[in-house]
Amino acid sequence: MSLLSVRDLVVKFAMRHQTLTALDHISFELAQGERLGIVGESGAGKSITGFAILNLLSQPGFIAGGKIMFDGKDMAALSSEEIRLIRGDRIAMIFQDPMVTLNPVLTIGEQMVETLQAHRNISRSDAEKIAIVKLREVYIPAPEERLSQYPHELSGGMRQRIIIAIALLLDPQLIIADEPTTALDVTIQADIMELLLELCQNNKVSLILITHDLGVVSQMTERTLVMYAGKIIESGKTREIVNDPQHPYTQGLINALPQQTVAGHRLKQIPGNMPGLGSLPPGCAFHPRCDFATDICKKSVPEFVSFADVKVACHEVARLHKTKKAEAKDG
Amino acid sequence: MVDSIAPDLIEVKNLEKRFALDEGFLETVKFRGGKILREKREVHAVNNVSLNIVRGEALCVVGESGCGKSTLARLVVGLLKPSAGQVLYGGTRIDNLSAKDMLPYRRKMQMIFQNPYASLNARMSIEQALMEPVKVHNPRLSRAEIFDKVAEVMQAVGVDPSWAKRYPHEFSGGQRQRIAIARALTMDPEFVIADEPISALDVSIQAQVLNLMLEAKDQRGLTYLFITHDLSVVQHFGTRVAVFYLGSLCELADTKTLFDTPKHPYTQALLSAVPKLSDEAPSHIRLKGEIPTPINLPPGCPFESRCVHANARCLAEHPAPLQKPDGAIVACHAVEEGRID
Ligand SMILES: Nc1ncnc2c1ncn2[C@@H]1O[C@H](COP(=O)(O)OP(=O)(O)OP(=O)(O)O)[C@@H](O)[C@H]1O
Ligand SMILES: Nc1ncnc2c1ncn2[C@@H]1O[C@H](COP(=O)(O)OP(=O)(O)OP(=O)(O)O)[C@@H](O)[C@H]1O
Ligand code: SF4
Ligand code: SF4
Ligand SMILES: [Mg+2]
Ligand SMILES: [Mg+2]
Repeated sequence: MSLLSVRDLVVKFAMRHQTLTALDHISFELAQGERLGIVGESGAGKSITGFAILNLLSQPGFIAGGKIMFDGKDMAALSSEEIRLIRGDRIAMIFQDPMVTLNPVLTIGEQMVETLQAHRNISRSDAEKIAIVKLREVYIPAPEERLSQYPHELSGGMRQRIIIAIALLLDPQLIIADEPTTALDVTIQADIMELLLELCQNNKVSLILITHDLGVVSQMTERTLVMYAGKIIESGKTREIVNDPQHPYTQGLINALPQQTVAGHRLKQIPGNMPGLGSLPPGCAFHPRCDFATDICKKSVPEFVSFADVKVACHEVARLHKTKKAEAKDG
Repeated sequence: MVDSIAPDLIEVKNLEKRFALDEGFLETVKFRGGKILREKREVHAVNNVSLNIVRGEALCVVGESGCGKSTLARLVVGLLKPSAGQVLYGGTRIDNLSAKDMLPYRRKMQMIFQNPYASLNARMSIEQALMEPVKVHNPRLSRAEIFDKVAEVMQAVGVDPSWAKRYPHEFSGGQRQRIAIARALTMDPEFVIADEPISALDVSIQAQVLNLMLEAKDQRGLTYLFITHDLSVVQHFGTRVAVFYLGSLCELADTKTLFDTPKHPYTQALLSAVPKLSDEAPSHIRLKGEIPTPINLPPGCPFESRCVHANARCLAEHPAPLQKPDGAIVACHAVEEGRID
C-alpha cells in the first residue's frame, strides 16, 4: 500500500475578479521509502502541491477537488488537531522560504526545543541534546554555540540547514523538501543529499523532492513528475525521463542546463515564458512555446497517457519519438 | 574624474569583519587553567581579504556555506562597516563615508539579495516596485510610456505583465526573485552585487536571467560581483573566480585557468562535487575531518583539518596568497613549496 496517495487534486485561488486554477487534477502515489522528484519551471505549482498535501493553503487558496490519503487516512476527514499532530511528527516539510519555519525573535535552540516539546514529553536538556545531534547531522559546525544565535545571525545556507534539522527533529515518515539546497554550495549539498538518501534507504522514510535542479533529481529520486502550468505533463522513472525525455517541455528543460552549452555562449532557453494562471492558452498550455506544435495542439488538451516507459501529455509524442530515433541512428 | 581613470572599479584591501556573539555575562565567563577568565567571543566572518574587481568584469565568488560571501558583499556595498581594512570605489575610499556621502555610490551599486522572499517590499505591488526606478531614470516619460516600460521589463524576466497589480506574496519564489533582478537592472547601475541571484530559479528561467545579465554586461559595460554555488554558472558567467574558505581567500584566477588547473586543495574538492545528469548517486570527494568554525579560528591554514596535503607547517602558519606563473593567486603552503601542483 502506498504511504501517500494524491488523486485528482485541484487547487484554486479565489481572486477578486476570477478564480484561478493552480493545480489541475494532480495524481500520484508514493510508497514507503520511495523518493519522488517534482520538477518544472517557476510558478508551475510545485510548492502549492506541497502546501496542499499538508493542508497549509491560506486564503485565497483552497482545495477544490480530489483526495489526499496519508497512511490510509483521508486528510480531508481529519480534525485540525489531528492534522497538527501529523504535521511535523509524521510529515515534515522543508519550506522554500526558511523564514516560514524560523521565528526571527527566538534563538535556534529555543525553536528546536519548542518544536520537540510540542510533540514529545521531554525535558529541556534532553531536547537540547537531540537538537545538537540533528544540527551536527546537517553539518553545522560547533552546534552548541549556534543554539544561542538568532536566525539573522546565520548565513543563508546555515538557515537552510537548520530548517532541515528542524524537519528531522521528530523522525518523520514523509519529508517534503521544497528546494532544500538552493542556498548551499555543492559540497554541502552533496552531503545533505546523502543524508536524505540514507534516511530513505535505511529508515524507509519517503521523500518528495521539489527542485528545479535536474542534476539533483537525477541523483536523488527514483521517479519524477514534470509539471507545467499546474498540470503533470510527464512522469515516470527518473532515469528514463533524464536520459530519454518524451515531452518537448522536458526536453527543453534538459537542453537549458548550462552544462549543455559552451561557456560564454547564450544558454538554450525555452522560448517565451510560462503563462500566468489567468491567461492559459487553450489546448496544450505549452503550445505557444513549442517547436513541434500543430493545429490540434492549439485546440484540444492532450491526454496524459502511457508512452514508451513513461506517461506523457503531448499530441505529437509518437511522431517526435520516431524523428528522435531516426536522428539518433544517423548519428 | 578619478572614477574613469582607475582600471579597478572596486578594490578591497585587507578587509576584516568580526561579529560579537551576543551572550549573557555568565556564558562569557570561562574557567581555564585555574583562573576565571572573561572571554568575548566573536565570529570571524571575513579575514584579511584583498581583491579587486576590474571594470566590465564579472567576478564570481564561490565557497562553502557560511564562509563569508554574503558578508563580503554587504561590506562592499556599505551595508556593513568593516572591522578593519578598506573598500575603494573607482579609487575613492567608501567604507568610512557617512550615509549622506554614500548616497551617490548607492545609486551606482545595486544589490540582489540571497533570499527572494526578503528582496521585495511586501506592501508595494510589483508595478509600484518597478515604476519607481523607471521614473527616476526617465523623468520625461508619460504615464502610459512608464506602464509600457514596466510591462517590457516584466516580459524580459519572464513574468506575465498582466500580473503587475499583484503583491509579492502572490508570486512563487522564483517569480519574486526575477522581479527583484528586473528592478535592480532597471535602476541602471554601474555595479551589480548579486548574492545567489538565480539559485531559486529553474534552469530555463536561469538561462533567461543569465542571458539578460550577460547582455547588460556586454551592452552597458556593467560590472558584477556574483556570488553563487553553481559552478556551471560560474563557468558560464564569470571572467574571474574567487574561492573562499572560512572567511579567507584560497584562490583567485581567470575562470578558464581555475577550471582547467585548480590548484588549492579546497578548489579541487569543490570542482569534484558538481552534480551531473549522468550521476545516479551523489559522487564527490567527500571532505573528511572536523569542519572548523569561524568562532574558534584555527591559527594555521583554515582548510588544515580537512586537507589531505596538510602538514605541521599548515597547522601553525596561515598561508599567504601568492601569484603563480599563470596568474592564479593561491594561498597554500603545499602549492608554494611545490608539494602539489
Ligand atoms: N496567494 C496567491 N494568490 C494568487 N496566486 C498565487 C498565490 N500563491 C501562489 N500563486 C500562484 O500559483 C502558481 C504556483 O505557485 P507555486 O509557488 O506552487 O510555484 P512553484 O512551482 O513552487 O515555483 P517556484 O519554483 O518559483 O517556487 C504561481 O503562478 C503563483 O503565482
Ligand atoms: N549579523 C550577524 N551576527 C553574527 N554573526 C553573523 C552575522 N551575519 C553573519 N554572521 C556569521 O558570519 C559567517 C559568514 O556568514 P555569511 O552570511 O557571510 O556566509 P555565506 O558565505 O554568505 O554563506 P551562505 O552560502 O550559507 O549564504 C557565519 O558564520 C554567520 O553566522
Ligand atoms: S501537445 Fe503539441 S504543443 Fe503540446 S507539447 Fe506536444 S507537440 Fe508541443
Ligand atoms: S596550506 Fe596546507 S592545509 Fe592548507 S590547503 Fe595547503 S596543504 Fe592544505
Ligand atoms: Mg516554489
Ligand atoms: Mg550568503
